[in-house]
Amino acid sequence: MPLIELDGLEKTFTVRRKTGLLRRERREVRAVDGISFTVDRGEMVGYIGPNGAGKSTTVKMLTGILTPSGGRLRVAGIDPARERTRLARRVGVVFGQRTTLWWDLPLRDSYRLTHRMYRIPDDRYEENLARCVELLDLGDLLDVPVRQLSLGQRMRGDIAAALLHDPEVLYLDEPTIGLDVVSKARVRGFLRELNAERGTTVLLTTHDLTDIEQLCSRVMVIDHGRLVYDGGLAGLHEAGDGERMLVVDLARELPPITDVPGARFVRADGPRQHLAFPASASAAPLVAAVAEAYPLVDLSVREPDIESVIAKMYGGAAGELTGGPGSP
Amino acid sequence: MRFALFPPTSSPSLRTCSERDNMLRLYATVAAGGFRRHATYRVATLAGLFTNTVFGFVLSYTYLALWAERPDLGGYSSSDALAYVWIGQALLTVCGLMGGGFEDELIERIRTGDIAVDLHRPVDLQSWWCAANAGRCAYQLAGRGAVPLLIGALAFRFTLPDGPAGWAAFLFAVALGSFVSFALWYLVAMSAFWLLDGQGVVQAAWLTGLFFSGMLLPLNVFPGALGELAHALPWAALLQVPADVYLGRYGEGWGLVRAYGFQLGWLAVLLAAGRAAQSAATRKVVVQGG
Ligand SMILES: Nc1ncnc2c1ncn2[C@@H]1O[C@H](COP(=O)(O)OP(=O)(O)OP(=O)(O)O)[C@@H](O)[C@H]1O
Ligand SMILES: [Mg+2]
Repeated sequence: MPLIELDGLEKTFTVRRKTGLLRRERREVRAVDGISFTVDRGEMVGYIGPNGAGKSTTVKMLTGILTPSGGRLRVAGIDPARERTRLARRVGVVFGQRTTLWWDLPLRDSYRLTHRMYRIPDDRYEENLARCVELLDLGDLLDVPVRQLSLGQRMRGDIAAALLHDPEVLYLDEPTIGLDVVSKARVRGFLRELNAERGTTVLLTTHDLTDIEQLCSRVMVIDHGRLVYDGGLAGLHEAGDGERMLVVDLARELPPITDVPGARFVRADGPRQHLAFPASASAAPLVAAVAEAYPLVDLSVREPDIESVIAKMYGGAAGELTGGPGSP
Repeated sequence: MRFALFPPTSSPSLRTCSERDNMLRLYATVAAGGFRRHATYRVATLAGLFTNTVFGFVLSYTYLALWAERPDLGGYSSSDALAYVWIGQALLTVCGLMGGGFEDELIERIRTGDIAVDLHRPVDLQSWWCAANAGRCAYQLAGRGAVPLLIGALAFRFTLPDGPAGWAAFLFAVALGSFVSFALWYLVAMSAFWLLDGQGVVQAAWLTGLFFSGMLLPLNVFPGALGELAHALPWAALLQVPADVYLGRYGEGWGLVRAYGFQLGWLAVLLAAGRAAQSAATRKVVVQGG
């Protein structure tokens, strides 16, 4: 049985806006507009989409702090909105912009409280804390009041707080927001290990696609509250009708290569020419065709970077694209 | 590898017992945190102490002038009236006479959506804040309550309670008063789920509390029906009842029980109302922010 199951999940917000002195307009915002997917135990899934796509709203429904307006939702067999408290013992959540930590007190105090709150057996608590302290480099921070921590330090503190009770699922809503390169690498390494060693299922929301590339074998892209892609990272290229680039170095400067079928001339820098072709097509016949007709010296094939693929996808996401298989 | 999350518990009765222990320990930890949180702000405590003391002196001389005109006003001697002033100063923050001391923070969390984090905890929101507030009150009583009372007592030699039993009876009434205050202000804060900007409600509650808690003038002084009304409202449980327990006006036996009963009755009603508002809010209303 999948650990997380969404079936036609919806959330509609009603917003009231003043339109005149006394007149008010009610408008419905469909933040989540019929999303269905399942996540199995031990998966590490990226959940991405442009601002306002409905990612945080989904995460809130997954934790039970928002009640869905429609559809069905189960996490570990539990309906989150109805049994929020029971579910909370089995999931961990990090809201990147918010903190669970006690603002005025040392980090250690918040952990002690977590210990009590989740009734973690003493030995488990000690072990988990020691692990988090080591892997997230919190050793020097334990006795510092949270308000004196930097953003990145606080975030690491929050991630540790979400994991002390051995949750089965961890939701991370922008956990690397505002972190420097070193902190990001540390957090990613930690998450990877968590997933590999403990089998913790991770659902990760982020705007940093490197997070996804380094951590997730599966990505879901949502836009305007709808799932527009669900599949492997590789398949994203095709789904976003990405193009690959064949870069050829010719013996000398020549007019643009426009006569090779399946390739589109993009630009030339002296003897070097850039030809685009569909990401799903093979490069071999193109290379052969070019080599046959032109004095080819060297060549390389460039994969489109995921950023531009996704940018394209965000821009033109209208219909439903289903990429790779539902789950890897 | 994976770890068992819920080690099986042997017998159900054993489990409920340790369950309660666990709960108590959790809330004790929360309360201790509330205490220490406020203890980190020493300068604020000192400033508060200073304000309470100055305010106490100003009110004392006002009351002295008033009681010189009308001795025995409201059945208080002038020495009783002075005690009343300083009790008011001592309980100002403990019993939330002019603001509960936590509702601004709670409202702000609701407004910004930080409440999401609180709601995700496997703990009841109201109990959590109640425990944290109890810690705050304990600190305020020690840090900001005791000293002005002592200064006032030295400066004016007002009425003191009747021995240790009198002090104990008073402290118990104060504890109940602080819980009633919590329940009241929690209810006020819950309005922020619907209104988002809780300031209007807070101000209305503040003004009502200022008047009906007897912070400006003892409720005994209010004439006729107004006085009776004031005595029946929950705000009377915050200052008037503890002060009258202090002054021994409830006597010892049934009178005291009646006073505590009044406080406990309002406590139950207000906590239940707060809980109802909370569950309506979390069921229907929206957590703000992305
Ligand atoms: N409390 C609310 N009231 C009204 N509308 C809301 C509320 N919360 C979110 N929305 C709307 O729902 C939509 C989805 O918001 P959500 O916070 O889920 O986006 P997101 O994908 O997390 O975006 P971001 O990347 O910017 O964090 C947005 O259009 C937003 O305006
Ligand atoms: Mg968001």
